[in-house]
Amino acid sequence: MRKPLLLGALVFLFLFISTPAQTPPAPVSDLEAIDAPDDAGNQVDLNWKPSPDETRAANPVIGYQILTAPAVDSPFVPIGTASFGATSATAKDGLKNGRPYYFKIRAYALDSSFAESEVAGPVVPQGSWWNTKPAYIRIFIWMALVVAFILYNIFLAGKKELYIRPIGGINAIDEGIGRATEMGRPILYICGLGDAAQAATMAAFSVLGRVAQKTAQYQTKLIVPCYDPIVFSICQDVVKGAYLNAGRPEAYNEKDVFFVAQDQFPYVAAVNGIMLREKPATNFYLGQFYAESLMLAETGFEAGSIQIAGTDQLIQMSFFIVACDFTLIGEELFAASAYLSKEPEQVGSIKGQDWGKVIFAGLSVLGVVSVLLENKIHFFGFFKKLMINE
Amino acid sequence: MPEMVSITIAGILTLGIMSFVYKDNPIYKFCESVFIGVSAGYWFVSIFYQSLLPQLTDKIGLTGELTDSALAYYRQTGSLASGQWFNLIAAGLGVMMLMRLLPKIGWISRWPLAFVIGSIAGLRLIGELQTNIMKQIKESILPLWAPQYADGSLNLAASLGQSLTNVVLVVGILTGVIYFFFSKEHKGVFGGAAKVGIWFLMVTFGAAFGLTVMSRMSLLIGRIDFLLRDWLHWLG
Repeated sequence: MRKPLLLGALVFLFLFISTPAQTPPAPVSDLEAIDAPDDAGNQVDLNWKPSPDETRAANPVIGYQILTAPAVDSPFVPIGTASFGATSATAKDGLKNGRPYYFKIRAYALDSSFAESEVAGPVVPQGSWWNTKPAYIRIFIWMALVVAFILYNIFLAGKKELYIRPIGGINAIDEGIGRATEMGRPILYICGLGDAAQAATMAAFSVLGRVAQKTAQYQTKLIVPCYDPIVFSICQDVVKGAYLNAGRPEAYNEKDVFFVAQDQFPYVAAVNGIMLREKPATNFYLGQFYAESLMLAETGFEAGSIQIAGTDQLIQMSFFIVACDFTLIGEELFAASAYLSKEPEQVGSIKGQDWGKVIFAGLSVLGVVSVLLENKIHFFGFFKKLMINE
Repeated sequence: MPEMVSITIAGILTLGIMSFVYKDNPIYKFCESVFIGVSAGYWFVSIFYQSLLPQLTDKIGLTGELTDSALAYYRQTGSLASGQWFNLIAAGLGVMMLMRLLPKIGWISRWPLAFVIGSIAGLRLIGELQTNIMKQIKESILPLWAPQYADGSLNLAASLGQSLTNVVLVVGILTGVIYFFFSKEHKGVFGGAAKVGIWFLMVTFGAAFGLTVMSRMSLLIGRIDFLLRDWLHWLG
């Protein structure tokens, strides 16, 4: 009886000595919490020295949990995690500007045991008025310059006519309307799949106003199938306003400007059907387009329509160039809108952007020179750093 | 069995849509109507349950359900994040949009339109400047002579190749910008530079065209694969 007992005691002792104890990990140290700089607020940056037990062989630390509370004696709740090896994190979930927060980091070991750091805080998150990162200062300077150029040119355009060079494709707009009138067939105008705040869609509205005014004068049917509900509402207003300006409000038929579907391919299926059934003499594709561009343009070609396209989407331009009769490439679409409307705001905006392009080209040339001479002339080294630093 | 029925319907509808390649026909018209109807119904339900309800009721607490971030805030402070109440303003703008349905006060709908367009355009301005201007300038700051070294010695062929790449990039950017300069007519040296710019653009469009045609071919192959494999089981 005594022998088995002795044997059992020996086995227990052996296991106790040979298996290392699963001790909880050491906590992180020097936890520091500061309001995140250069942000809109609601964020706190946390920095710490990692637990020394990240590298131990047995039961190492495998990750961290970020805890926060509005007071030291309040229960701390988890609001985020940080991976193994991390020494910083940004806490943002549920934080609100102007309120104090305390933070702790909980270091988790492999066996789910954990250790909590000292409490850091209070920190009161605040939004910053200025983003002081070099990249954003550059953007601010650039924006201020371009806005100043544009405002100045709008002022000039209000006083005298400013020159914008002729753009291939603009004359085709009037030709297309004339063709439809002669043939007694409608015009199809598509504003693309972009939302109303896209620059290309806004330019499309502007050209639509011009086209609608002409169709009102010539009594030609204008069909505008829309993809986006907001774009649809604006198109209705633009066309209605154009018919009113042309002195033919009674000719406006609100059923000709309609919403189809806010889904790419059902929209394409419907517009393709319209093209084959209505046989429009002229198709306009102005705005933002995606994969549907070639499907539309090919169907328009099959229907025997003259096609005029304009977009700022690089890939889709290639399809329009291949399948359409006239294409306004990128910024030509915006310039066309200004050229046709002659509105000081639009013309001034194009001129202001041209000034911006001169600065752009100048900075690029200066940048290339600075790479060559940065070690020889101090200014170029400084300039390169100024342009590249984040 | 239900899966087989749905695959058969999808196969028939696919063929119906493809029949457009022959000419407009009643089957295509039927498939087109189904496509538009299903899309409208799907998006209505999707937007209603995934956007309107969560933004309006859940975040404000009308249903007692909260998002994770709002829940964390609620646990700490015992109150809802006050920013969530701003959703009511958005709801108000949405209601103003519906005023279009009443011709006498339809003008009210222009206010939310102006708000949406103005605010989104303003927000996008920074992103556009960052990606389309500042990044372009930064990426064009390249050495026109870019020596490449292998095992400590100059690799002339690689150096010439890299230098040529950089020169093409810088010249392409500058002449492209000149092409899009609208304040001066394209004549003389300026016109020549603009012509070089349009050549660069056309080569880019050609490359983009080829790349996209290839991806479209893979989409077509995917659809044919669906018809022959999933529906008709002609492929193994």
